Amino acid sequence: MVGKIPKIAVYKFASCDGCQLSIVDLEDELLEINQKFEIAYFMEVTRAAKRGPYDVGLVEGSISTPHAIELIKSIRKDCKTLVAIGACATAGGIQALRNWANVEEFSKYVYAKPEYIQTLEKSSPISEYVQVDFELRGCPVNKYQLLEVLSAFLAGRKPNIPTYSLCIECKRKGNVCVTVAKSVPCLGPVVQAGCGALCPAYSRGCYGCFGPMESPNVKSLASKFIELGMDKKDVILNFRGFTGWSKEFREVDVLIEG
Amino acid sequence: MKEKSTLETAQEVEVEVMRKFSVEEVFKETPDTYTLLLKPLDKKDYSFVPGQFNMLYAFGVGEVPISLSGDPDEKYLIAHTIRVVGAVTNALVNARKPKFIGLRGPFGNGWPLEKTKGKDVIIVAGGIGLAPLRPAIYYILKHRKEYGRFFFLYGARTPNDLLYKKELKEWKSRFDMDAFITVDAGDEKWTGNIGVVTTLFKHIKLDPNNTYAFVCGPEIMMKFTVLELRNQGLTDDKIYISMERNMKCGMGLCGRCQFGPYFVCKNGPIFSMDQINRFFGRREV
Amino acid sequence: MLSQQKLYFALDAEAFGNFIDVLKDLGYTVYGPAEKDGAIVFEILDSIKQMPRGLYDEQSPGRYRLTKKDNQRYFGYVVGPQSPKYVLYSPQHLLFKVRKDGRTFIPQPDGKKIAIIGLRPCDLKAIEILDNVLLKGPYKSNAYEAIRKDALFIAVNCVEPGNNCFCTSMNTGPFAQSGYDISITELLMNGSHVFILETMTNKGTEIVSRLKCRNATEEELNVVSKLMEDAKNKIRKKLDVENLKDDLYRNIEHPNWNEINNKCLACGNCTLVCPTCFCSSVFDSSSLSMDVAERWRVWDSCFSIDYSYIHGGSIRQSIMSRYRHWLMHKLATWVDQFGTFGCVGCGRCITWCPVGIDIVEEASKVRD
Repeated sequence: MVGKIPKIAVYKFASCDGCQLSIVDLEDELLEINQKFEIAYFMEVTRAAKRGPYDVGLVEGSISTPHAIELIKSIRKDCKTLVAIGACATAGGIQALRNWANVEEFSKYVYAKPEYIQTLEKSSPISEYVQVDFELRGCPVNKYQLLEVLSAFLAGRKPNIPTYSLCIECKRKGNVCVTVAKSVPCLGPVVQAGCGALCPAYSRGCYGCFGPMESPNVKSLASKFIELGMDKKDVILNFRGFTGWSKEFREVDVLIEG
Repeated sequence: MKEKSTLETAQEVEVEVMRKFSVEEVFKETPDTYTLLLKPLDKKDYSFVPGQFNMLYAFGVGEVPISLSGDPDEKYLIAHTIRVVGAVTNALVNARKPKFIGLRGPFGNGWPLEKTKGKDVIIVAGGIGLAPLRPAIYYILKHRKEYGRFFFLYGARTPNDLLYKKELKEWKSRFDMDAFITVDAGDEKWTGNIGVVTTLFKHIKLDPNNTYAFVCGPEIMMKFTVLELRNQGLTDDKIYISMERNMKCGMGLCGRCQFGPYFVCKNGPIFSMDQINRFFGRREV
Repeated sequence: MLSQQKLYFALDAEAFGNFIDVLKDLGYTVYGPAEKDGAIVFEILDSIKQMPRGLYDEQSPGRYRLTKKDNQRYFGYVVGPQSPKYVLYSPQHLLFKVRKDGRTFIPQPDGKKIAIIGLRPCDLKAIEILDNVLLKGPYKSNAYEAIRKDALFIAVNCVEPGNNCFCTSMNTGPFAQSGYDISITELLMNGSHVFILETMTNKGTEIVSRLKCRNATEEELNVVSKLMEDAKNKIRKKLDVENLKDDLYRNIEHPNWNEINNKCLACGNCTLVCPTCFCSSVFDSSSLSMDVAERWRVWDSCFSIDYSYIHGGSIRQSIMSRYRHWLMHKLATWVDQFGTFGCVGCGRCITWCPVGIDIVEEASKVRD
């Protein structure tokens, strides 16, 4: 990257903008980011947009409309490196809960004129439609992990983003395991680290916004939840949160029954 | 991800945790493999024994273990042969002045070059596995009279993947060593052997009581080479192999390079087969 | 049995309150037990008031509960999720910073002297094992050494061991044999609340001399002896260590290993609560400006995929192989590496495994 300032573009699909705000929330580093990168396209922040191609594209949100499919394909062409950020972009997001239901039904209740609504049957992660170079998890992403991805990009190294369980981070922090000490169902053992074990630090179970860890044993943990007295329906709902549509969590119902 | 540490506000002192080297030369050996010649910026000499490795650091990118592949008698220009497989190796081969390469080492044990004096030696290498063996070849050739017969078998995927092509030619032409080279798949110009390295054993007849073997290559290649050596009557105490495991510290502290009861970094990387036969070749150990 | 050669002191519960002050006066940062989020953990103590009273821990595989009893016992619990390694070998540590010009800087140890109150005999043994790993090899951990060298250990003998304890099998407890400066046995009898103290080092003796101790009575020592015997008998969990190493080596491909795939979460909790698990990762980071880079050591686990990663893919892909690596390390390969087992029988890995996998049971399943 020597001698040339990389151009960065930030895009949004179906999402709440929280991940984009995490970029803005990097208050102490924002000036430096602005020096090291040319922020060429970032609608959340400025209407001034420069044309591509871009060196890095950060994509927030899930793909949920036919129009979005076309757009993400052209974005892929515009960005040398494409990074999906957040639970929506990497797993379909909370809105992927509709993937188990009939979207037409929903449209009827939500919109006065549903015939104007063009939507896909499913809300999907970016990787469903285009090749993604790196996926940064979280709802929202951890801003320090985001900074790490940007720093690693500049250094030409692999980002230090571990894919192991949240438990490792939680124990390092000195938290007391909520499942063992309080029988609180916690997704930590099957969820990827990265958030800093926020929820367990406040004595509540992880609800999985960072998505599945590298080798999640969903079936074993689901059995544990049942053993703790949860009924199967609740166990399934527990996995079907922000990353419920991720490949590994998607079929928790089948795993429980099978 | 790291947390903010109280140590970040602690006082810092300057301590040399790695030596700095400059990259003097870069040779392209194969499409993805380069040999770097490194010169110590502190101008102090550097010594190692064949088979040892260094931890090489590319500023801001990371550190990886790399075998020493040069002449052990060369104290001011040390060689590493590096296959570009990731960010760190990529950064290392692209390091240009005035950048430096950080170096910690040498680590690990070496090939048993002393105890094999007076004996026949066979060296079997696969692919980039030749790199940690080259210093041993240099040593044996330099002390040729102190060893018995000297065999060298080398295999690579294609003619393009052969390392040290000039030296291979020279070694093949020598009368004081029996060198055989093969490739898994030839090309239109290749007139030599075709097949995996173990097919070369048909050309040689080892004296099982008087021969030591040094082997390095992918684990699967070593596994079959060991079988061939045993076929020729070598016992496990005479077969030495160089192992690879994940390594982060090189100092026996991070635990990651464990292989059975051994730490590859401090007990290895070179093991005799009778040390490790309980574990070698078993899946996922 | 109690030693005839040793001096035993008695400290009344009221005077025990002074202990932390004495340590602080001597310049120690005092770590000791405190209740946090439903468990006993190590925290920096300013006053005896932070220590738990009448709290007991019920432990079973995958389950831990603090319960309150109607007494004022300080050390009614057994072991919590944190081991002394949390204090001695910090979970994350900045190894050095390196500037663009290659100059390297390491953080100076802060020179803090630490004392740990409430180490169980198994924990003392664990520290001895960590010493072997981190201080006695060809290289040592400077950060560990800096904290370890002046550390003061106040052990508490176990009179009421827990359900997951198997220290008698590992020969590490329930009473401390070595590795402490001061050992304590807490007596609660006939309305009196006394601590019987015994010292192993000059440092320990010096501290005890500053406490308002008297010599222990014969009656008190008889009670201690009785408690020692009772404690041993209370430990029901047994691991047969005879030929254990060889049995495991021989059975490295035992078909029963595969069963663990169904249960093990590969979450790594067992390794992080283990008082002897020392494996770490080392990673390099860089700042946006690329002026300075850092190298960090962080606790890692052999249950992570990255742990065994080499070019071409991780060696241990299956959860079974990661579990096997861990169990074999604790109970077999450690013996060859460092001359002792890597397990002290504290039972933490059993209690804090979210799905309650029991190392003692698993080891027996693969022994033929």
